Amino acid sequence: MNDSTLILTLVAAIGLGTGLVFATVGEIITERAGNLNLGVQGMMLVGAVAGFWATFNTESLLLGVIVAMIAGAAFSVIHAFASVSLRVSQIVSGLALTIFGTGLSSFLGEAGEDPLVGNPSKATFEPILEGGLADIPVIGPLIFGHDLMVYVSWLTVAAASYYLFHTRMGLSLRAVGEDPASAESAGVNVARVRYAHIMAGGALAGAGGAYFSLALVPTWQNEPIGASGWIAIALVILASWRPWRALFAAYLFGAATRIGFTMQTLGEPWSNIPSSLLAMLPFVLAIIAMLVLASGKRARFLGAPAALGLPYFREQR
Amino acid sequence: MADHADTLAVEFRNIDKAFYGVKANDNVNFDLRRGEVHALLGENGAGKSTLCSILAGLYRPDAGEFIFEGTPATFKTPKDALAAGVGMVYQHFRLVSNLTVAENLALGHPKLSVHISQEQLEEEARQLGEEYGLPVDPKARIWQLSVGEQQRVEILKLLYRDAKVLILDEPTAVLTPQESQQLFKTMRQLAAEGRSVIFVSHKLYEVKQVSDRVTVLRDGKTVGGAETKDAEPRDLARMMVGRELDLPTRDPNPDIGEPMLIAEDLRVAGDRGLEAVKGVSFEVRRGEVLGICGVSGNGQRELAYGLTGLRIPSSGKVILDDEDITKKTVEQRIDRGIAYVPQSRLGMGLAPGLTTEENLALKAYRKPPFSNGPMLAPGVFKENGTKLIEQYDIRGVRPGLPIRLLSGGNLQKALLAREVELNPKALIARSPTRGLDVGATEAVRNLVLDERAKGTAVLLISEDLDELLALSDRVLVLYEGEVVGRMPAEEATPERLGLLMAGHRDEGAA
Repeated sequence: MNDSTLILTLVAAIGLGTGLVFATVGEIITERAGNLNLGVQGMMLVGAVAGFWATFNTESLLLGVIVAMIAGAAFSVIHAFASVSLRVSQIVSGLALTIFGTGLSSFLGEAGEDPLVGNPSKATFEPILEGGLADIPVIGPLIFGHDLMVYVSWLTVAAASYYLFHTRMGLSLRAVGEDPASAESAGVNVARVRYAHIMAGGALAGAGGAYFSLALVPTWQNEPIGASGWIAIALVILASWRPWRALFAAYLFGAATRIGFTMQTLGEPWSNIPSSLLAMLPFVLAIIAMLVLASGKRARFLGAPAALGLPYFREQR
Repeated sequence: MADHADTLAVEFRNIDKAFYGVKANDNVNFDLRRGEVHALLGENGAGKSTLCSILAGLYRPDAGEFIFEGTPATFKTPKDALAAGVGMVYQHFRLVSNLTVAENLALGHPKLSVHISQEQLEEEARQLGEEYGLPVDPKARIWQLSVGEQQRVEILKLLYRDAKVLILDEPTAVLTPQESQQLFKTMRQLAAEGRSVIFVSHKLYEVKQVSDRVTVLRDGKTVGGAETKDAEPRDLARMMVGRELDLPTRDPNPDIGEPMLIAEDLRVAGDRGLEAVKGVSFEVRRGEVLGICGVSGNGQRELAYGLTGLRIPSSGKVILDDEDITKKTVEQRIDRGIAYVPQSRLGMGLAPGLTTEENLALKAYRKPPFSNGPMLAPGVFKENGTKLIEQYDIRGVRPGLPIRLLSGGNLQKALLAREVELNPKALIARSPTRGLDVGATEAVRNLVLDERAKGTAVLLISEDLDELLALSDRVLVLYEGEVVGRMPAEEATPERLGLLMAGHRDEGAA
């Protein structure tokens, strides 16, 4: 039963979606503070290469993830400085971050006497339970059959949701995203809040990137994450800026990514569908999500922060 | 003198503050006692806001001494000021509209624990509201509240932080007379508790009613101060303006003629698709000013849109000079003689980035002599501009620079000049003197009354009762998109209008 196509597809969807969960929740936190960071792709790639490098040299997955998060957060400071301190257009600065991050991660992968590229990772994330609970029908593989990062991602979602809606800092963060001028006059430091949550977003994007290079594609190659950074930005909208919805939105995209493989296993007539066509499915979904949900007023109604994308100038005479 | 420090909450000595070389505060002296309501009186640009902003930590003075509760102090940010117990209610509220009342109170509060309990916050907000006569639903989101309720939230925000000094910047400008009375009660209660209230206003009768002392500013300088009970309104007005001044009011006009602008059972949709104007009928005659009063957001905007063609009415009729213009476009209506002075001068009324000359021609440029086919005639623009700037006394115009650099009063004069120059049959004006100082108000009121004397039908949509009562021949009250009262100006009193604006229907209305 646990070998049925459906269960296998769902388990794979969770695995494929986990990198997206980290990145999407990170971007939700950043956007809730009113900052649109289009550099997710770049931050993920930097995290992916940094995490791979750290694990390659230490054989420690924990260090890999930590280094990836530090790298993602540090890299996001470029965007924070440009968009918050210098008030550069967030769109421009985020795109620059993506372009820079893509190049940087490829460069780091090929640099040096003994480049990373082509090398398998010295350690990879594997399911933590074999047999036992993981053999329970249906819920075994779905709940207990994953690697540690999947559970960390669930904790991250729960923590982010609690943080946003039930803590003092979460309230400040949402207020800054809605109306920075009002938040500031209530004593909230707008720049500090935005910096902190751009960096939090960067750290989570870094972790998401590392999941690709340490679990999904554990041999270093250029751009191991595909276009996941862009998908994550679309997922934020699909999740209407709420962490729990991001979890399921990410799994939906994981399933869409897996569907080509599933079709092949089903045999005729399904396997006749060209796999390259099915490979487009996640992107088609992303476009539809954007069209349906992201149109001006509707996005606002769903929970788009009112000040999203706007640089904040303190009122001046 | 020993108890000096005990009685004074705030002392400003010889405060200077300049912006780009222009002195906004010039050697200002001001002191605030504990437990008093202190009115700060002055025209726009007199330096009231600058002084308050220094106290609230938004600006720092260039020179002078600031003594807070007996010791010299500087507030670097609003946060510092709040921590010391000084808070301000700005004219434009600083509330996060998507958060609840309770969340807005809690936002940025230093004593808040990391975990937030909504229930506890709401309970605290409710109790505070009851204690100070500022009832408001703590669970409501700000955008769901009326302007008056939002103001209560602003005051509660300060009380929640136990502010000792509360600065209220023109708080009554957005309130009905009844709401103002309730606010005054709250202000007296705050003073009785030993808190100090700075009441910024330019309405003399309110200052007279609620304050203990008054300080008058003009051109950035302190020009006078007195115990309110010893101050004559006329003297205060003279100090404020610097000359004798009587605001123009209409005299009964015997030349009221035929109906010119008629609305018949007019219905107009609001932004969210719901009906915002629900079957409004009236007629405005030649040489008459019909005042439409109501609390902001009761269908005034949509009514103006329906009449000017910015939004085509869903049913009913608009008739101008015996012609049905209900389905006509904006341009067609302009050609037929509808002039419109919208509430937002910059943006809707004037194009901020264009020059004054261009703005003055903005409704005439499609036709000769301003244009010939596709070609504009710059000479005519210039000639027209020069003439109108002179005739309407529009000051501060610099050739080639965008009109947004003009002051509010001069913007409004330019806007009215353009509209009036078209010799309209009907003039629709929304809050034309909103935010203007006394001098500019005088000029704008005169322009409106001149139009009336020329035989134009004037529809004046305003929330300012003083303005409505001074200019209107008849008054009509809108509440939730319906007419709840109509009366000749002679029978309209602020109290009666206030009740209607709050939704109490008159006998035999509508």
